[in-house]
Amino acid sequence: MRAVTQYANEPTEESGGRHGVSEIILETKELTRAFGGFVAVNGVNLKVRAGTIHALIGPNGAGKTTCFNLLTKFMPATRGAIRFAGRDITRLAPAEVARLGLVRSFQISAVFPHLSALENVRLALQRARGNSYDFWRSERVLGVFDARARALLEDVGLADFVNVQAALLPYGRKRALEIATTLALDPKMMLLDEPTAGMTHEDVDRIVALIGRIRAGRTILMVEHNLSVVEGLCDTITVLTRGSVVAEGDYATVSRNPDVIAAYLGTADG
Amino acid sequence: MLGYSRAQGMALGILIALVIVAPGVLYPVFVMKVLCFALFAAAFNLLIGYVGLLSFGHAAFFGIGSYVTAWTAKNWGLTPELAILLGGLGGAVLGLVFGWLAIRRQGLYFAMITLALAQMVYFFCVEAPFTGGEDGIQQVPRGRLFGVFSLQNDMAMYWVAAAIFLAGFLLLHRVVHSPFGQVMKAIRENEPRATSLGYRTDSYKLIAFVISTFMAGIAGGTKSLVFGIATLTDVHFSMSGEVVLMTLLGGLGTIFGPVVGALVVTGMENYLAPFGAWVTVTQGVIFIACVLAFRRGIMGELGALLKIDL
Repeated sequence: MRAVTQYANEPTEESGGRHGVSEIILETKELTRAFGGFVAVNGVNLKVRAGTIHALIGPNGAGKTTCFNLLTKFMPATRGAIRFAGRDITRLAPAEVARLGLVRSFQISAVFPHLSALENVRLALQRARGNSYDFWRSERVLGVFDARARALLEDVGLADFVNVQAALLPYGRKRALEIATTLALDPKMMLLDEPTAGMTHEDVDRIVALIGRIRAGRTILMVEHNLSVVEGLCDTITVLTRGSVVAEGDYATVSRNPDVIAAYLGTADG
Repeated sequence: MLGYSRAQGMALGILIALVIVAPGVLYPVFVMKVLCFALFAAAFNLLIGYVGLLSFGHAAFFGIGSYVTAWTAKNWGLTPELAILLGGLGGAVLGLVFGWLAIRRQGLYFAMITLALAQMVYFFCVEAPFTGGEDGIQQVPRGRLFGVFSLQNDMAMYWVAAAIFLAGFLLLHRVVHSPFGQVMKAIRENEPRATSLGYRTDSYKLIAFVISTFMAGIAGGTKSLVFGIATLTDVHFSMSGEVVLMTLLGGLGTIFGPVVGALVVTGMENYLAPFGAWVTVTQGVIFIACVLAFRRGIMGELGALLKIDL
């Protein structure tokens, strides 16, 4: 177990909200998804407080990614309800959920490979402005977004890659580009699916620092395998195994839980 | 200009010059045929090359354009520009319905649905009383442009067909290089990501589909006036296959590829016609060679060689 403890001295109570009054931005009730007879997500009740970084961890096949797909409506739930920012989003289409400010990333880095970094970010900016159906106008009208797009790229350390095709960026940079694109939407809440998966150490550090910087004014829910990342970054951790929540709380609480040790930490992290 | 780079602008200049010179060198009716198919292929390329949608039933829209133009020009005595416009609208309306149905499915299923719907259009055209069945609609008058200029002369018709082709070609290019075009490309590149950015991807696909089918209808309508006939060949599924071949051969997702592909395929059909069934065999061989050896198509490979997008 790593000894990184920069957040460990923060006062935290058992899953009940740090100050007791934090607003719940995302809440699920008995969220369930079955594939035939296999129940991938089973009666999950999740409460994410506004302004926090919340981690979803668990061994492979625990249903974390399915959970993400359900929350962002990329997959319909078999049962259960989802509320986001005071609205029931259980029946909405994925694009509508994104428009409400709940924006996801993907496990495999999600960029538009044959477009430049600038164009990638601009696509997010362009959507918010709503002239994206104009097929009769020149794309030069999109130039108004260039300054903002450059600023966002600079923010994630991609200032030197503005005109590089996304496909040619190294893996860690692609993830940074993906985050810049997501940030361009100025989402209320970001869902990051394994933001550091498959990265080198430097890249992990860069992304962790980036997430630490962009959290201001936002809520982040992330699936993460790297426990040192979770420990350093996340306020609340929910542990899933076999589709159900087995523990919830801050890192110290969760890592002491015997069920968690048995199901996850004991085998995965040694 | 118009979103063309310098090299593309030069290529466009060459294309326009060729369109002007061609009827002096080649048989004008043949060149008109090439232009009609070039517009058809360019419309098809909008979907496959820039949205990533493979429509296997594009003959339906080309054919319906052909029938609508022929019928309205012959029975209502409409002027050619109106008849062709109605042909385009026919393609667009049919495209709206077919697109709305097919876009619910992805990839191969999308292709199969468009193929099935196009086959229904084919049988409709065989059976319907006003399409003339096996005979088609014959002796369609070219009429007078704006009710004034007679198009009986092949050269008069040629300039109209050339103008329609160039206008359609430029419009399709504008669509690709518009804010809408950027979203199209995003959908082609990574549709789930486009959705996660809040784009209602189905509506973008449907609009692109309708633009493409409108242009296919215009191309079909123009063709029926050029030849004075609308026949079952125009709606037959081999026509759908041919437009795939043209686009693939010329280069998917390239600007000029479909035009070059249309020229090569139509040229082969015309000049190899004495060899009968060998045309099909030759086409098959070329298709295989293309898929095996130069997947980017003629213009795609040329562009890669010169390091420009053509």
